[in-house]
Amino acid sequence: MSMKATTRQIDSVTVVDVSGRITLGEGCTQLRELIRDQLSKGNKWVLLNLADVTYIDSSGIGELVSAFTGVAKQGGALKLLNLTKKVHDLLQITKLYTVFEVHDDEARAVGSFEKASSA
Amino acid sequence: MAPESSVVEVTLESDLKNVEVAEEISRKVAGTAGFDEEEQHRIEMAVHESMINAIWHGNKNDSSKSVWLRFQIHRDRLEIRIRDQGNGFDPKRIPDPLADENLLNVSGRGIFLIRSFMDEFRVEHITGKGTEVTLVKRLSSETQPKQGGSDREHESHNSTD
Repeated sequence: MSMKATTRQIDSVTVVDVSGRITLGEGCTQLRELIRDQLSKGNKWVLLNLADVTYIDSSGIGELVSAFTGVAKQGGALKLLNLTKKVHDLLQITKLYTVFEVHDDEARAVGSFEKASSA
Repeated sequence: MAPESSVVEVTLESDLKNVEVAEEISRKVAGTAGFDEEEQHRIEMAVHESMINAIWHGNKNDSSKSVWLRFQIHRDRLEIRIRDQGNGFDPKRIPDPLADENLLNVSGRGIFLIRSFMDEFRVEHITGKGTEVTLVKRLSSETQPKQGGSDREHESHNSTD
């Protein structure tokens, strides 16, 4: 199953619901283009909902890092929502759990952006 | 007398579409060997990363080349060998992805993940053939087949799909 992503806007926060595989090739390319597209529209508060991500590889992790730094360079923030155990374990192993802000409640995650964007 | 181990061999066209084929084989072999679902996923990921390295870095994405895989189930471990037709690499020269200065690097985590998920990882350049990586995952004593348990015959497949 390849990657699929749909976006929703909640106030100033763009929620991206991602499903499938974020792996080298199509999955990574799609995610990169989606983030670029959102930034070009001025959407710099991004919440990636990874609840339905079935597989992520080292390239996919790299793509998350790239998205994180790309959004930060625009003065925004990218946070993660609903990690599966597999993705959670990968972020722990790679020490990236200390880099990303991770949430398991969408409303609270969205609220955390509002505080940051209005600060 | 039962054989000491069982073997699955496959040769795949060096194409990214075959990464999922190798994953599927590895998951099935790991399940047959007695690994639980979580360990099967880790082995599958190690094979995924090794296949990417073989196709992308070793064979330079040249689909006229191939990747050879050999899965051998021993009584106490699963040994996987993956060989490309490239010139090899020195894993010692890959920067530590956990170092603070590398933490936000976009690439460089593949070998680290393989090492994290497997018990042994070796790289060998075989003159005239290519680069072979060997991945070993040991079975815990609870999951090892009992003495005299069934072993499967050697299987060999060649695929250029």
